[in-house]
Amino acid sequence: MIYDWLYNLTGSEMIAIGIQSLLPLYLFILPFALVAVLLERKVAAHMQDRLGPMRVGYHGLLQTIADILKLLQKEDTVAADIDKKFFDLSPLLVFAGSYAAFAAIPFSGAFMGSNIDLGIIYIIAVTGLVVAGILMGGWASNNKYSLLGAMRAAAQIISFEIPTLLIVITVIMITGTMNLYTMSEWQTGYFWNWLIMGGPDLGITKILFIPLMVISFLIIFLSTLAEVNRTPFDIPEAESEIVAGYHTEYSGMKFAMFFLAEYANMFAVSAIVSALFFGGYQSPFGYLGNLLEISWLIPIEQFFWFTAKGVFFVLVQMWLRWTLPRFRVDQLMSFCWKYLIPISFVILLLVGLITVL
Amino acid sequence: MKNYILKFWQGFFTIMIGMKVTFRHLFIPAVTIQYPTVRPEMPERERNRLYVNMDDCIGCLQCERACPVNCIEIEIVKSIPGEDLGITSNGKKKALWVTKFDIDIAKCCYCELCVFPCPTDCIYMTDVYEFSEFERDNFIYDFVTLTPDEKEEKKKNHEEFMIKKESEKAAAAKMKAEEEAAKKNENVTKSKNNTDDKPEENKE
Repeated sequence: MIYDWLYNLTGSEMIAIGIQSLLPLYLFILPFALVAVLLERKVAAHMQDRLGPMRVGYHGLLQTIADILKLLQKEDTVAADIDKKFFDLSPLLVFAGSYAAFAAIPFSGAFMGSNIDLGIIYIIAVTGLVVAGILMGGWASNNKYSLLGAMRAAAQIISFEIPTLLIVITVIMITGTMNLYTMSEWQTGYFWNWLIMGGPDLGITKILFIPLMVISFLIIFLSTLAEVNRTPFDIPEAESEIVAGYHTEYSGMKFAMFFLAEYANMFAVSAIVSALFFGGYQSPFGYLGNLLEISWLIPIEQFFWFTAKGVFFVLVQMWLRWTLPRFRVDQLMSFCWKYLIPISFVILLLVGLITVL
Repeated sequence: MKNYILKFWQGFFTIMIGMKVTFRHLFIPAVTIQYPTVRPEMPERERNRLYVNMDDCIGCLQCERACPVNCIEIEIVKSIPGEDLGITSNGKKKALWVTKFDIDIAKCCYCELCVFPCPTDCIYMTDVYEFSEFERDNFIYDFVTLTPDEKEEKKKNHEEFMIKKESEKAAAAKMKAEEEAAKKNENVTKSKNNTDDKPEENKE
């Protein structure tokens, strides 16, 4: 674990914890957001037979850096009638909520922010802060569109937490652990040991689990997509209806914080999905480090596989975004309450029966 | 129940179709033209900014007359004898100084009607289509190749020539009159002898 290494290096628990807690932010989320924003724009452009950003750097590779420089220089315009304290607090809270989720995500066998046993439940609980932050920002903006967007966001995120949680409970019933690290370790080996392929335990249950797990994966993917307010579930920031939703009044770096939180969330959600169903950081084909007997190569490979899986699901999210139009509010709610929740209940019951037998 | 599952399946299936379409478009080459650096090829009979090749212009005013929006303004001055204006590329001899050839391109409707009457093909459409300006006056294009001094000179030359010609004419007329008067006198003296009433016929 990196923590022990940092502890030995610095000799202080506080410094080691401090460094470790900042590692994912500076080494992962910020670079990821930089790449993902560009990727999103390029993917969107090419799906619409356009080229996207082409001016800054080769094929617009430095576009996001230029954007960040622009955002840093921008005036922080603040409307007269807003509630300043909460208005300023909201982006911090949103980002804190999405960043806190990274604490329990295992990036590789050697790095995990905090190896707590609650793991996945902690992640779902702490992302509740995002709802609070969004609601706070929307309400403090003193703008009807912001408030509408915030209300929609709250309703949506809370509704979609139910199918997410039901599927998570299903997975917990199978794996017997809430810790994402143990969960990933449990799915070790090759890709047929992943939970989407029925888990590592051989037997009749493995075959029975496969269709259930595929449907579970679809449900959790869609409901987490809705939780991070991505198209087709982006009704909280529906541009055509309510300007920009809860971040209408924000500008400059505060807006950038919301943006960063969105991309951090996108990756967090993809990481959770891959940790639950696709073996987390486990390689699908075995490790080069084992083959060459270089033990330090394995964590790096694991990190590569973790990032690859995460980025793959982020790409699928983008792909969905540029394929589907936005849901209507009532369609969204009926999709959640009439389809996702009953089906996840049925899966929960079936998995319970299978594991008991 | 059957309907419910069917609906769910349909939703899933149609999303997959949509995703297939967008995935295919991911690999279709983009239609974007990187405009300022890469320019679209203009069609063969493009109609953009007008250009006048003053070397060929003979000052016939046909384009000015053809223009439906009166955006061409031409002033011409006759050359004085002895001045060599050169010949146009298709061998026509130039006889007129063009002292003003203004095209107000802001007025121009790009109808190309001025191009066809030109006997020397000196006015034509180019492929330039980016000519925005900050001042409206900058849209009045002056094609005259003469300097203002030269223009003045040509005008003066012409005026002087005209005056000279006028005076010559007057002188000639005077001389003629005098001659006639002299002839008349002669005739009178003759008629006195011949009793002839028409001296002009006699003069012929």
